[in-house]
Amino acid sequence: MNNALKTFTNGILKENPTFVLVLGMCPTLATTTSAVNGMAMGLATLFVLICSNVVISLLKNLIPDKVRIPAFIVVIATFVTIVQLVMQAYLPGIYDVLGLFIPLIVVNCIVLGRAEAFAAKNSVGLSALDGLGMGLGFTLALTILGALREFLGSGSIFGWNVYSDHYASLIFVLAPGAFICLAYLMAIFNKLQKK
Amino acid sequence: MVYFLIFISAIFVNNIVLSQFLGICPFLGVSKKIDTALGMSAAVTFVLTLATVVTYLLQKLLILWHVEFLQTILFILIIAALVQMIEIMLKKVSPALYQALGVFLPLITTNCCILGVALIVADSQKLLSKLPLGADYGLLSGTVYAFATAIGFGLALILFAGIREQLALNKVPETMKGTPIALLTAGLLAMAFMGFSGVV
Repeated sequence: MNNALKTFTNGILKENPTFVLVLGMCPTLATTTSAVNGMAMGLATLFVLICSNVVISLLKNLIPDKVRIPAFIVVIATFVTIVQLVMQAYLPGIYDVLGLFIPLIVVNCIVLGRAEAFAAKNSVGLSALDGLGMGLGFTLALTILGALREFLGSGSIFGWNVYSDHYASLIFVLAPGAFICLAYLMAIFNKLQKK
Repeated sequence: MVYFLIFISAIFVNNIVLSQFLGICPFLGVSKKIDTALGMSAAVTFVLTLATVVTYLLQKLLILWHVEFLQTILFILIIAALVQMIEIMLKKVSPALYQALGVFLPLITTNCCILGVALIVADSQKLLSKLPLGADYGLLSGTVYAFATAIGFGLALILFAGIREQLALNKVPETMKGTPIALLTAGLLAMAFMGFSGVV
């Protein structure tokens, strides 16, 4: 039980994929123009992470060692296609905004990294928990970054207006703001971790 | 003229790394030295151009057979196979080039700018409103776009590597060391590249 809890919290704090492992930077920077977009991207990745972790953990004894990476990629790509089709059908608005970055979950290093480092060695239950923890850690990071950029860049959080957008600086919604916000968030996270 | 505009737009105005956020992992990962940055950009240029041509033709087949939903799976498999093939061929044909690019080739499969550009070119008809220049890429213009994108990637990577080599000599606050300061630098570089917006 203790082990399970550790696996779960590992992804959220100690090995947070964004702030500590620095994986999956492309969607992190590109889709966090607002809190909602960041969260949607995080949840899509979370789904793919859990499913691929479970399936790969189930198949781990059947996949020959030499072709394991291509096999993992096929499994991941299958779930990404499912997410893509479901989002296209039921959430066309968000799918439009996230666009290219939904199919690009395939090459997100977090998903392949967890498959290789965790799911290929551990039981199904633990792999699912690891996927959930990592996915939540990623979602949390993206939501925080999205909220910060939305707050600084357009004066609102989750679409609720906090202050007039006359005082907001658009740069934080644009490309440079993504790099700068993430840099400072990472520095703060480092500081808190050391205490 | 159109090709020239695509070229300038892909390198400077819509730089793949600094304004489209594709290929950030190698941008942060292999930018500590200029030498490795050069090797990585050469490998990316090679693979990106080839992969785009192959996936463009594959997309035509997918549409012909009405199996567009297989796009993501097939594209990534093709790219992985292509990278493997290039590696084997380089080893035989030009050992010197293989020595220089060898280490970077396996890394490229999971470089999202390859799949990203392949998808942009293949889906350009659907993405029309969002694309710079509103270009509906054909085989030739798609290839030019892919090549220019790779050059843009190389430019950003080499510039960044140059800055980071200098940065390594400076005193940086403890909590900002490593990735945070690199990201901050990238942010400033992105701001500089924003100066190009509106040129094309």
